[in-house]
Amino acid sequence: MRRLEIDGVSKRYGDVIALADMSFDVRAGEIFGFVGSNGAGKTTTMRIVLGVLAADAGQVRWDGSPVTTETRRNIGYMPEERGLYPRMRVGEQLVYLARLHGMSATAANAAMREWTDRLGVAARRGDEVQKLSLGNQQRVQLAAALVHDPAILVLDEPFSGLDPVAVDVMSQVLRDKAAQGVPVMFSSHQLDLVERICDRIGIVRAGSMVANGTVDELRSGGDERLVVDAPEAQPGWADHLDGVRVVSQEGSRTSLELTAGTDDQAVLRSALATGPVHEFARQRPSLTELFRHIVTVPVDDTTDSNGEKS
Amino acid sequence: MSSVWLVAQREILARARSKAYVISTVVLVVIVVAVAILTKLIGGSGHSDFTVGVTGQTSSLSAPLSASAKSIGQSVATNTVPDEATGRDEVKSGKLDALLVGDGRTVQVVVKKDLDTKLGNALHVLAGQVAFNQKIESLGGDPADVNAAVAGAAVTVTSIQRPHTYNTQQLVLGIIAGILIYLSLLLSGQMVAQGVVEEKSSRVVELLLSAIRPWQLMAGKVVGLGIVGFVQMVLVGGAGITAGLLTGALTIPTSAALSTVIWLVVWYLLGFVAYALTFAAAAATVSRQEDVGGVVTPILMLVIAGYVLGVSILPGDPSSGLIETLSMLPMFAPTLMPMRVAMGGVPVWQLVVAVGGMVVVIPLLVLLSARIYRNAVLRSGARVKLRDAWRAA
Repeated sequence: MRRLEIDGVSKRYGDVIALADMSFDVRAGEIFGFVGSNGAGKTTTMRIVLGVLAADAGQVRWDGSPVTTETRRNIGYMPEERGLYPRMRVGEQLVYLARLHGMSATAANAAMREWTDRLGVAARRGDEVQKLSLGNQQRVQLAAALVHDPAILVLDEPFSGLDPVAVDVMSQVLRDKAAQGVPVMFSSHQLDLVERICDRIGIVRAGSMVANGTVDELRSGGDERLVVDAPEAQPGWADHLDGVRVVSQEGSRTSLELTAGTDDQAVLRSALATGPVHEFARQRPSLTELFRHIVTVPVDDTTDSNGEKS
Repeated sequence: MSSVWLVAQREILARARSKAYVISTVVLVVIVVAVAILTKLIGGSGHSDFTVGVTGQTSSLSAPLSASAKSIGQSVATNTVPDEATGRDEVKSGKLDALLVGDGRTVQVVVKKDLDTKLGNALHVLAGQVAFNQKIESLGGDPADVNAAVAGAAVTVTSIQRPHTYNTQQLVLGIIAGILIYLSLLLSGQMVAQGVVEEKSSRVVELLLSAIRPWQLMAGKVVGLGIVGFVQMVLVGGAGITAGLLTGALTIPTSAALSTVIWLVVWYLLGFVAYALTFAAAAATVSRQEDVGGVVTPILMLVIAGYVLGVSILPGDPSSGLIETLSMLPMFAPTLMPMRVAMGGVPVWQLVVAVGGMVVVIPLLVLLSARIYRNAVLRSGARVKLRDAWRAA
């Protein structure tokens, strides 16, 4: 399977370490979500993939061989800092960008028509970009990333500033592209969205990948949590159970944390012993909780973050 | 290479559509044509510097006056008035600059207030001539014979180095060439700097550089804007020369006019490439249009210095040694050489040195500018220090 591999990439700006041994891969046909707090190194990574920045160390490979200028012309890129010529017309601009990526004039024209139609900006082809609303400029920006029929998509914050309809359009486009076998990589702070549409997620902290896997893999890591709704149970009913820690008790609902290997059926039996049990559910951390947990670990604690790497 | 051409095409299209370019071209064409026509009207033939009235008694002085005026480079027309009173009235009304009175054996003039110095010189020569003729007659000679002998006596000059005689028209042509190339470098250089910063401030540069290399973007811009400026230069220069030749304001040979235009174009191209590369690199270090002025000004000063030195020294001293030396240095050659070439008399070796200097400097500038541009163009925010830009990203 074709893969975009980011292998041990490092980058520093003077004394600031932007990336330290960043490694992960994006497989063909998969949507990879790239999350991390501001300044974690997402944009720097993407710029290095695009060759807009040079890495100090490490390598970016596509299909096993190092990415060249030729490969890069086949990447669709949406920079974090949106940018188009403000005084150039939408249609001409997209044709120009498609041609810079090596398309013929006719193919570029056809692609421009297709994508402006699909992204709902066909009526604005003859207008200067600066006359469009911010949301429509964003659609044109996405069209600019797609117009040359890229083999790889790298999008920096593609969803920021979009209305819900545009978010749906954008998500559908990403899914379609992935279905065509294109590896799609994007960064976002909208974790619910990332959780919904990504096949795999990578969480970055201080320039390194600290967690990387499918949503399920990420969520199933760590201690198991249980929620038990036993209305007649007395407070402290679970305190004596081995391997169980009571996290909180709100009304009749108790949240428990079980250390690995603890038998949850024993917990259920203890709960039933107190009376009826209305709810007994395993609760997995949401991506947001996971993210919060990962990014709030002190940054200077480097040995720990290495240990967390999956 | 096709990427470079794509970028160049975009620049050409964007400029050709911009009102600023169209208007500035039309204005420049109108100005040079107007200058040609005005020159013709003001300096038109058959016009004399002074008109002097003669009475019946002094009419014998009219021919010698014209001749003596001509000998010192003045042209004086004479007008016979019926009597002295009428003549005085005409002097009073300003129709005549002076009136010759008396018996014609001495030179006496009536003027309104003061006698013009130049006319005074001519009359002084006339007075000398009149006295001279009278003395010859009193000695029994024939003034006409003596005068012919004096006129026939000439100094034979043998120059070891043949000096160039500068023609006034060529001097004017040189100044106009200087203004044209100065304006062109100024306008198109600014276009390059602004174009670079526009891409930076609108952030489109990151998208462009994900498709093409920095040098391709820079080269495309320089080529595109160079063509745009070139078309403007040819239109303006061509219109000026054509208007000059057609109206007769320019009486120099067509071949000389043509060579001026060709040299103008050559120097525009050499100067534009050198300055555009420098402007592009300088502009890449800033991120906002407001900051362009600051980084571009030191370079503009070179263009301005060349131009100002040229137009202030050359008209008075076309063979100035200072200008001769400066015009061979790469930074001043594009502004000074075309002026000197238009004035004529530039030794071939000096042209070779000037052109050769540019040919050596341009590839160096390509390397230097491409490196600074590449390293600075993606760094937004504060101005990038030249040293940092040189040392790589």
